[in-house]
Amino acid sequence: MLAKRIIPCLDVEGGRVVKGIHFVNLRDAGDPVELAAFYDREGADELVFLDITASHEARDTKVELAARTGEKVFIPYTIGGGIGSLDDIRNILKAGADKVSINTAAARDPSLITRAAERFGSQCVVVAIDGKSRGDGTWEVYTHGGRNPAGIDVLEWASRVESLGAGEIMLTSMDRDGTKLGYDIPLTKAVCDIVSIPVIASGGAGNLDHLAEAIELTGCDAVLAASIFHYKEHAIAEAKEFLDSRGIEVRL
Amino acid sequence: MKPIIGIVDYGMGNLRSVEKGFEKVGFAAEVCSVPDRLISFDGLVLPGVGAFGDAMENLKNLDMVSALYEYIDSGRNMLGICLGMQLLLSYSEEHGRFEGLDVVPGRVVRLPDSVKVPHMGWNVLDIKKDVPLLQGIESGMRFYFVHSFYCEPADAESQIAATPYGLDFTSILGKGNVWGLQFHPEKSSLLGLRILESFGRTVEEQVA
Repeated sequence: MLAKRIIPCLDVEGGRVVKGIHFVNLRDAGDPVELAAFYDREGADELVFLDITASHEARDTKVELAARTGEKVFIPYTIGGGIGSLDDIRNILKAGADKVSINTAAARDPSLITRAAERFGSQCVVVAIDGKSRGDGTWEVYTHGGRNPAGIDVLEWASRVESLGAGEIMLTSMDRDGTKLGYDIPLTKAVCDIVSIPVIASGGAGNLDHLAEAIELTGCDAVLAASIFHYKEHAIAEAKEFLDSRGIEVRL
Repeated sequence: MKPIIGIVDYGMGNLRSVEKGFEKVGFAAEVCSVPDRLISFDGLVLPGVGAFGDAMENLKNLDMVSALYEYIDSGRNMLGICLGMQLLLSYSEEHGRFEGLDVVPGRVVRLPDSVKVPHMGWNVLDIKKDVPLLQGIESGMRFYFVHSFYCEPADAESQIAATPYGLDFTSILGKGNVWGLQFHPEKSSLLGLRILESFGRTVEEQVA
């Protein structure tokens, strides 16, 4: 059976890791590629880089990151953050990334999802959805790194991106992100229930129980986490063993 | 002398990671898009991501097909990865019916509707035959898959390993000097690299 995936997420700015510089035994823990290679050795199933470089050079930094990562990392990796055009996507994939994640650009022009999927295959197109509760049991899509409400319902958007050709959804709860209170279970479950493409749960992981809870209660295919791995609170292998002991299939 | 492994470039997918994978385990690899040069390599990898029909079209347009047959006839080892494995079969039912290289009799069909397609992630091998390519690899070990179609070889003898996903499909095949992997060894961390290393060794032993 297919294993549930554990995916560390690395925030990168100007070619440096923004969080997660507390590692010991790494020559340069601020280097995203060093950190990524470390996670590969530790047993991560996949990696996500979120490049938040806000300048006109951001395009080149993502392509360079994709190329440098490919030299040392032998698990699949996704690059996201401000990707806006088919050209951007082509350049990043050509440099060696397995997938790209698109968010704001997809909300602005949903046809980008279809064009990218037709050109490069659905499996390379991850749509990142940032959702925030409206307080009435529904969720709204936010764009621009969670700053702007897009006026779209998360569930409607999730099924639309699936029909447009997205291969996977990376779903982040804006309410839970950074809180360490656990994933937003109702949101994640609601999305998993209506789409048949893989869903990566994101936002809020604070301990290993949270990872297990998301997998057991929502039907998600993968869990993404940043701080619990970056600050070495838990090693990837420890997380895998814990999930395995709960009867969840993982790659040990 | 260390062998050199050729990676066939026919415009389908990312070849860099396969090249880097071989380098990581100490073998020289070179991406090649010139049909006449294929025969100069000690071992050959046919990679590929994308649609079957487009891939065969590209191979034909680039005059790669006869070069590949010539290579296989030379008795040297060739490894198809993912779509590159599927191209070895007689035909595929992806978006119609497209003829393949027919090196391994059989067809390529879609995974059943009972499971999420594409099959994406880490799944296990059930090894049916011991071959040098799988040195240090055991049943139950996981590799990274991304595909919607799978190979159904006509002759059960060519099945080296199977993987359960909706049904038990052939995830590794072997026929003489031709091998196929449905998963991506270059994306399967240490164990995937171990298979690339074993392929390199097989090639090396033949050269020696």
